[in-house]
This record gives sequence, C-alpha cells and structure tokens, in this order.
Amino acid sequence: MAKLIVEVSKYVMMILLALYTFDAFRVLRPKLPEEVKNGIWKRQIVLIYFVHLDGFLVIYAATDDIRMVAFYFAQVALNTLILICYYLIYRNASKSIGNNMCMLLSVGFVMLTRLSFEKAVRQYLIAVAAVVIAAFIPVIIRKTSGLRRLSWLYAAVGIAALLAVLIFGRTSYGAKISIAVAGIAVQPSEFVKILFVFFVAGMLYENTDFTRVCVTTAAAAAHVLILVASRDLGGALIFYVTYLVMLYVATRKLFYFAGGVLSGSIAAVIAYNLFAHVRVRVLAWQDPLSVIENEGYQICQSLFAIGTGGWFGMGLYEGLPNKIPVVEQDFIFSAIAEELGSIFALCLLMVCVCCFLLFFNIAMQMRDQFYKLVALGLGTVYGFQVFLTVGGVTKFIPSTGVTLPFVSYGGSSLVATMMIFAVIQGLYLLRQDEGNKNGEKKRETGKRKTGFDAEIQDLA
Amino acid sequence: MVTYSFLALFLSLMGYFVYFQLYLSEDFINNSYNTRQELFEDEVIRGEIVASDGEVLARTSVDAEGNETREYPYENLFAHVVGYSTAGKTGIESTANFHLLRSSAISVENAANDLTGEKSIGDTVVTTLDCALQQTAYDALGGYDGAVVVMEPETGKILAMVSKPDFDPNELARDWEYLTSEDSESSVLVNRATQGLYPPGSTFKLFTMLEYMHENEDYEQYSFTCGGSYTFDNKTIHCHNNKKHGTMDLKQALAYSCNSAFAEMGTSLDVERFVELCEDLLFNTSLPTKLGAAKSSFVLGAGDPPEDVMATAIGQGKTLVSPYHMALVTSAICNRGVLMTPYVIDHTVNYKGNVVKSFEPKEYGALMTESDAEFLKDYMHAVTSYGTADELGGQSYAAYGKTGSAEFSAEKSAHAWFVGFAHRADMPDIAVAVVVENVGTGSEYAVPIAKKIFDAYYESNP
Repeated sequence: MAKLIVEVSKYVMMILLALYTFDAFRVLRPKLPEEVKNGIWKRQIVLIYFVHLDGFLVIYAATDDIRMVAFYFAQVALNTLILICYYLIYRNASKSIGNNMCMLLSVGFVMLTRLSFEKAVRQYLIAVAAVVIAAFIPVIIRKTSGLRRLSWLYAAVGIAALLAVLIFGRTSYGAKISIAVAGIAVQPSEFVKILFVFFVAGMLYENTDFTRVCVTTAAAAAHVLILVASRDLGGALIFYVTYLVMLYVATRKLFYFAGGVLSGSIAAVIAYNLFAHVRVRVLAWQDPLSVIENEGYQICQSLFAIGTGGWFGMGLYEGLPNKIPVVEQDFIFSAIAEELGSIFALCLLMVCVCCFLLFFNIAMQMRDQFYKLVALGLGTVYGFQVFLTVGGVTKFIPSTGVTLPFVSYGGSSLVATMMIFAVIQGLYLLRQDEGNKNGEKKRETGKRKTGFDAEIQDLA
Repeated sequence: MVTYSFLALFLSLMGYFVYFQLYLSEDFINNSYNTRQELFEDEVIRGEIVASDGEVLARTSVDAEGNETREYPYENLFAHVVGYSTAGKTGIESTANFHLLRSSAISVENAANDLTGEKSIGDTVVTTLDCALQQTAYDALGGYDGAVVVMEPETGKILAMVSKPDFDPNELARDWEYLTSEDSESSVLVNRATQGLYPPGSTFKLFTMLEYMHENEDYEQYSFTCGGSYTFDNKTIHCHNNKKHGTMDLKQALAYSCNSAFAEMGTSLDVERFVELCEDLLFNTSLPTKLGAAKSSFVLGAGDPPEDVMATAIGQGKTLVSPYHMALVTSAICNRGVLMTPYVIDHTVNYKGNVVKSFEPKEYGALMTESDAEFLKDYMHAVTSYGTADELGGQSYAAYGKTGSAEFSAEKSAHAWFVGFAHRADMPDIAVAVVVENVGTGSEYAVPIAKKIFDAYYESNP
C-alpha cells in the first residue's frame, strides 16, 4: 500500500506542480483582468496545499511515524500564516511572490523531512522566526525614508562581518563561511548580500560621476576579495555579478560593465593558476568521472542521482539521495530530481525563475532610483544564486557550493531569503503608493502603461 | 537587456538539463560507481543478451517462488565478452546494464507494474557478436592461452572476441574463490583481448615502415642486404634463426619480416615524429570502448640509446599493445584509414520485440591518410602472397596481414601474432587480431587461426 502511494504520488505531485508553474507564468501576462488573476492565485493556493499534502502523505505512508502528521500540520499553519500576511494584512503585496514563496518552502520541507527529520524540524523553527521577523519588513520599507542615507554604515557592517568570518570562521568543505554566534553557526555573507545591495543602491542612486563610481567599486572589491580570501567562491561571484549589474543599470555605461567583465575574467584566470582548490573545482567539472574517487565524488553522485531518477523520479524514499555529500544544502536540487523527477525539478526551477522575473518587474516599475536599484540588486542576488546552485549540481558550470533559496537546509540562507522577499514585498507596497499618486495625474491625460511586457520593454 | 541576459542564462541551463537527461545521463547511470543501478533490480527482471542472429547468450530465469537465476547457455564460449553479473559486473553485462534494467514496454503497462509491484521485463540487448565466428575462433585457439578479436572494419562491429583461459559464468559463484585466489594461474577472469598487453613483435614493423615511408620519399628505391644480423653502435639485432635474407626492397623486408632491415631503418628515424605517428595510431590513448580496454604504451624518447630504438623498431622494446588495439588499427587500414567507432551492442528491443534504441555505425576518425592505408595494404598483401603468411595466399578471398613472434623471456617461447584482414567483393571485409601465448612463431601458430576464421566467414556465403 505504501508503495502504491509513493508511485502514484510522484506523478500527482509532478502534475500539480506543473499546473502551478503554468499558472505562475500565466498570471505574469499583461492586461489580465483582475478577476482572472484572483482566480489564478486562488487556484495556486489550492495547488500549494495539495502538493504539500501529497508529499506528507507519502512521508507518513513510508515512515509510519506519527510525528510526521504533527509536523505536517505545523507546516500548514506556517504556510497559512504567510498567506494571511500577504493576502489580508499587506493587501497590496505581490500575491504571486507570496504564493511562490509558500510553494518553494513546502517542497523544501517535504524533501528535507524525507532526508532528515531532525534537520527539517530545525529548519522549521528558524522559518517560523524568519516569517515573524520578515512580517515587519514591508512596513519598515514603506515608512522609513532614511534607508538611502546609511550607505557607509551598510558597507562598514558588511565588511566587518565578512572579515570576522575570515578571521574567526570555521572551515567546512575547504571554505570559511560560518561563524559561531551564541553557539549557533551563522553565515554572515547571506545577510551581507542584502546590506551590500543597499550600500550600492545608496551610493549610486543620485550620483554616478567617476569618483563616486571609483569609491563604490573599491568598497565592492573589498567585499569580493574578503570572500575570495575565505575561499567562498560562490559568494564572491554573487557579489561581483550583483555589483556589475547594479553599476550598469545605475550608470547605463556599457564601458563599466565590459571593464568589469574583463577584469573579472582576468581575475578568474589568475585564480585558476594560483589556487589549487579552484583548479580542483574546474577539473571536477570538466571530467568528474575521471576523478570520481576524490574531487569528482560529489558531483558524480549528484549526476547519478539526477540521471537515475529520470524524468519521473524514483519516488520519495525510493532513491538514495543521502549518498550525495551535503545533499540537504548545496545539492537539494539533485535529491528532488532523483526522487520527484526531472520534470518536477524543472518546474521548480521555473518557479524560481518566475520569482526572479517578479523581482525585476518591480525594479522596472519603481520610479524611485534608490528602490529600483535595490530591487534590481536583490533580484540579481536571488536569480544568480539559483543559477549557480542548479547549474553547479547539474554540471552546467563548476560547482560553487551555494544553497537553493527557500528549498535548501540552512538557517542563515532561509532567514536572509525571507528578508529579501519581504523587502521586495515592501517595494510592491511602495509602488502601489507611487502608482496611486501618478494614477491620479495620468487618468486625466490617458492610459497608464501597465503590464509586465511593457515594463520589460522599458528596461530592455 | 539585463533581464534578457538572465533569461538567456536560465534557458540555456534548462536546455542543458534536458540535454543531460536525454543524452548524457546514460553514461552516468551506467557508471559502475553508481550504486543506484541496483535499485532497478527490484523492479525489473534483467533483460536478455543475444547474438546478432538472436541466439540467447544470457538470460534470467525465474522459478515458481520468484527466485531469479542468470543463465549463460553457451557456458565458456562468450565468458569474457558477455561477462557476468553475479559477482560484480563485467563485459556486456556491465556496459549494457542500463539497457538490461530498463523496461521499455508500453509505459501504461510499466506504470501498472509499478503500482501492483509486479516486476517488468527488462529490454533485450542484441549484440553484434556472430555465434559461428565466435565458435570458430574459440575452437581455433584450442587449448592455448591468448586472444582473438574479429571486427567488421566498414562498420566497427565487433563480430567475435575470445580470451583464454576462460571460465563458465554459470559456475562463477562456485568457482569464485578458486578463480580469484592467488595460486590460480594466469588470471582467468581477465579479458586478454582488451586488457592483455603484449609486446607487438614484428606486427609493429607496419608502423616502423609507415614512419620510414613518411620520412623517405624514395622508399621504393629502398634496398638492404641482410646477412642475418645488424650491428649498430656495438649492439646487434638478429634475424629469426639468424636467417640471411639477402638483398631486399622494402616490400620484401616486410614480407620476410627481416629484423636486420627494420633495425637499420629504426636508427634512421626521427624519434619525435615516430612517437607522434604512434600516438595518432592510438598508442598511449584511451581506446574507444566501454569494455574496459588497457592503454597501449609506446615510450621511445629522443635521447634513448640506439639499442632501444632498434628493439622498438622491430616491436620488442618496451612497447605494449592489446589485441583489441591491433584489431582497431588493422580495421582502419582496411577501411581507407578511417576507424569506425567499435561497438558490440547493435540495438535493444523491448520484450515485445519492438526496437527501443539502435546504435548506428559512427566514424571515430582517420588514424592515417587514405594513401598511407593504401600503401600498407599493398605491402600487407605481399606478406600473404609470398611472405611469412603465405598460407593465406590463393584463397577465394584476398588476404592482407602481418605476422609477429614476440619474444619476452629467454626461457619461454614467443607469443605468436597475426593481424590482418580479408576481402571478397560479395561480403563485408573482416579484420582479425590473433595472439597465442608462449608457442612460437606467428606463421606457425597465429596464421592458421586467422585462416580458419576467414574460411569460416567466407564459406558461410559460398
């Protein structure tokens, strides 16, 4: 009987997530009537609850552990809390983003519970705290106007935190990324990402003359170099790309962007020749099977998992995802692909892409340059991180060891991602305020440009 | 623009992911390190392995209680190439594991089996192996240790692969301790065809001659007078039994396999170019096959003393090759210099007989130019017309080849070699590589085996 549930569920969950993903993109279409959108969002909520329910049905059937039932209801409560937050309290927040967040969290919880109940419970407790903290962020963003004047504070705190990791941090898997704060391992770089985006936005929103760009670049380079020194290559890459994108959009000078890419490439070549651990990563990427005993072990296990799972997956508890080292963190995507199938995993990736598009969408729509840059920066941080982790575990690019936001195990990543999403929700509220003001003016002169495509065009 | 760049990144990532799942995943799934393969064994009854004519080489029978036994009806005959799956996996059992454990019946049926817990029937792997040729090669090798590889140069199909000593895969569990124990002589489980590394002996003269031809435009004017030995820098190379071959041109030197002539030729060669040629001919390279072939080695350096160069030129030195490697090079010579990627799995069918996946012949690449191949072919014909393999002359087919007698120890007899191919217009050409351990000359021991194979092949279509 358990077997039957596992097998049926893998197809059911795939279909449910596929429907959800379809809706997630459909609702992005411009000029969709409000009633239709509301209908889609409601349907999405139903799909979230069903995917989650089906996942836990399998978990309960396979483990026959009553704690799973309790845990399930606790998670349902959390999902409901998040949805109440964005549907009833912040009525003008993006419902798409709220829904996607719940879907990603739910899938993450299903997979984490299957991999390790203890870790899933820890993750859950942190998630509850994060949701509570993040609940206040939109209103802070909306009401606080001084955020743009604290640039140097952001940089100072950020650099200090990264330095602290470099000096006092614990080494795990060759990189120093975490530091013990009151007995809890924290990864400051996850939070510094947000500070960094605020710093760059604060520096460049009104003034992009040469001196200012130079000063900002120097501070940004400090962030990146400290991360490189800590051997957190994934982190360094995210900061670097985020800075380039923000700089380009703030200045609109292709020259800066090209210069940045060029110097980055040169730096990469130097790093390759200088550091053995960089060469190891590249080797493990080029031909993992040739170094399967050592450097290539993790990526090979990941590819075995993805390949063996096939399009439809082995079914929850039917695969061997725990063979992949650090599967709950950097390689959760492989575990999902193995047991729930590549189609499911692709849909999940598309939900992430959808979030990214929503982030950039709000960036296009913000008229306030500071918030535009913030949205753009956070969108880049999020989007690029998704790209690095999925690209890394599938061997599309060398593995850099970053987490899949909301899905992977890891408290810092979870809290930071929750905060990023909350900031974006705050921007949606601000946009609504901006829109209301402008709407009054524009209603007299003509139609206001609305819709996703129009905004994308603006930026393109 | 930024949005589109990111979208492009994501789209290429997804595209790659789909591509991986469609085309690359098989290599990973099939890797012997992938312990997940065993998960399939709970759901699928391992498929059959059959010869090209449908004869069953391996099958799984299920008794009334559902116990599965892997059976090999031909016992020892296909032991190495088909391999076993009872104590680890080797041979085709290993390389085709993915296909054997995939059930490509109608997916509704599989889904139904999924749900009811019934086992699905794995796909049948149809090989390129020819039962009759395998039997001929096996019998011809008789009681000797050694290996035979038979290929179809035009396609790269492996038609037969024999390695002796052999074992009965049905009795593997019973014999395992003996077969793997230290005192079991001569490593029975090793597939000598692909993993056995032997000194090439005089078969290597083909390559020395090719290099000489590259370096000397006037090679047709070559002339050497053999007095039974050749001395250079106080080191002497002897001809077989110190036979005096007299004055010869290049073709005759090859046909009679004159060590003195080739030792002299060797001392004149540009070592670096020689190394380059050999590497083009797949020395020091992973050979194209998943059957786990050993790398052949050619280790001559520019500064090596003349005695090493001379020994290497006549195939003694430190050079080591596998019979499989020699079969590939011979196939390329036969096929205008182009090596077709060798393959042993022709296609797979589901249990209803519908083809699931076909493996078409593919070019691996040119190992030499067409004119090089023509040149070698012409000279190899001399070997079978009046040279050391003249037993192959005057048949219904035209034969081409080179013999070898690889000395490797003062006490034991040489390994007998023959590499070559045969042509008759009405059938595809075939290439063979034969090595017989510790018996004597290639002419005496390896050529007759090749002849039996050629005869059997062409007699099948009189």
